[in-house]
Amino acid sequence: MAIEIKHEIFPKDPKKSYGLVELVKGTSPITEKEPETTVFSWPNLLFIELIAILLSTAILIVLTMISGAPLEEMASPDTTPNPMKAPWYFLGLQELLVFFDPWLAGVVLPSFIIVGMILLPYIDVNPKGVGQYNYSDRKFAIWTFSFGLALWYIMIVVGVYFRGLDWQWYWPWDNWELHKPPSGVSLIDYSVILTSWGISKSAAQLIAYATVLGYFVVGMTIPFIFFRNFFKSLGFARYNITMMLFLLMMGVPIKIILRLVFNIKYLLVTPFFKI
Amino acid sequence: MADWMENLKNKIVETQVWKSIFRHGYPDTDTNRALVMFSNVLLHLHPVKVRKSALRIRYTWCLGGLTFFMFILLTITGVFLMFYYVPDTRSAYQNIKDLQYAIYFGNLMRDLHRWGAHAMVFLVWLHMTRVFLTSSYKPPREFNWVVGVLLLVLTLLLSWTGYLLPWDQLALWAVTVGSKMAEASPLIGYSGPFGREMGMRVDNDIRFMLLGGTVVGQSTLLRFYVLHCVGLPLLATVFLAVHFWRIRKDGFSGPL
Repeated sequence: MAIEIKHEIFPKDPKKSYGLVELVKGTSPITEKEPETTVFSWPNLLFIELIAILLSTAILIVLTMISGAPLEEMASPDTTPNPMKAPWYFLGLQELLVFFDPWLAGVVLPSFIIVGMILLPYIDVNPKGVGQYNYSDRKFAIWTFSFGLALWYIMIVVGVYFRGLDWQWYWPWDNWELHKPPSGVSLIDYSVILTSWGISKSAAQLIAYATVLGYFVVGMTIPFIFFRNFFKSLGFARYNITMMLFLLMMGVPIKIILRLVFNIKYLLVTPFFKI
Repeated sequence: MADWMENLKNKIVETQVWKSIFRHGYPDTDTNRALVMFSNVLLHLHPVKVRKSALRIRYTWCLGGLTFFMFILLTITGVFLMFYYVPDTRSAYQNIKDLQYAIYFGNLMRDLHRWGAHAMVFLVWLHMTRVFLTSSYKPPREFNWVVGVLLLVLTLLLSWTGYLLPWDQLALWAVTVGSKMAEASPLIGYSGPFGREMGMRVDNDIRFMLLGGTVVGQSTLLRFYVLHCVGLPLLATVFLAVHFWRIRKDGFSGPL
């Protein structure tokens, strides 16, 4: 339905060269600042951009002279390269395949990383530190983020520089052409270890479920009891999401350590999936 | 400047043609510095004035801008490569060989495209780290962080789809590794948890959709080519526009 305008206070006049400005209530990031704190984008900002563009292009051209884009033999489904490596930025995920089944390493964990990052601004309620490199007011946030980032980079470095034939561990001084003998270590499921201690099979399975569930239950409860302010500042929903993501992230290195130190293959074996 | 040059310059800038293109003089006065931002479509993403603190290199390290520049550089070099590349499994590899050995500047364009891609992935990570460390994702900028995460995903997908195009061993097997992971997706991959219960088979699950077949082949190459050269860049452009627009609307986070 068109709105009928009864009368115009300022009728349109083609001869007028001025426009009308209206004042509205609202916020602007630039209000209450002195005009002296701002400078013109031309040339101040544009010259920085120009220099950055020229420098980065120069660096890239130098890099192309040092090392060109690789091109191996033509694709052939008949010969499988060994090791079979994904692009470097995915090697962290490929490295996770050593410790987790593909559905976890390749799909669920990366999905949680992305979802966790999307949720980040909504679960971090600490208003401090905007516009500055501030560590002292947000220690938990910075440590958690740095931990995840370090984990990601370490996995990539391992995948790129320490994985050779058969995805075995190779030191830079090892002969990378030579196959390593398969490690004599046999990996055992957690429940199998329990049964070897004389626990019945069904009880062992029950303990396996309880261990994985217990990790999350205990992990969720400890901050709730001992860090009440942390819980209160986040509120119920944010607390649960934050702790769930935190425990999932910590679960990754925990599983890796369990595998490396105790040779545990799976913590939990269900008919549908294995963790 | 010599007099005749001054005269010539004045003659040129007073012509109808010049005036129809440029509405103001060289931006050396405050008026013209404002006008250049209003009237130039390439510059209008910038505000007329910026806070001095926003210009501090050691605050932003130019990371976001450089990421965008990599996107432009990749578009330019990519268009050049497209003139010589046919997404056909019988010729793709030979096209790359031609680019390396027979075509003028072909090698430079391919190497720049490769290094630019590496740089873009790395710069996105660094940019996000910077944004995290300076709390720039906090209100009112939450949604722009979300858009940024989506741009990260698009960057990785662009890199991954581009990886297949040279059709060498590296390409084929890197994509095979990636698609094996897709096959293990819960519910929508046939070897993933609950996949078979959902009726997934090797010829109808997510991997099949991705590859256009059960193995990496001609359909995969075409799919990845179209996604790499058209689909994903278009999507990235839309999100980039939103990303920059939100920076202008929400203001720059720099130190106050």
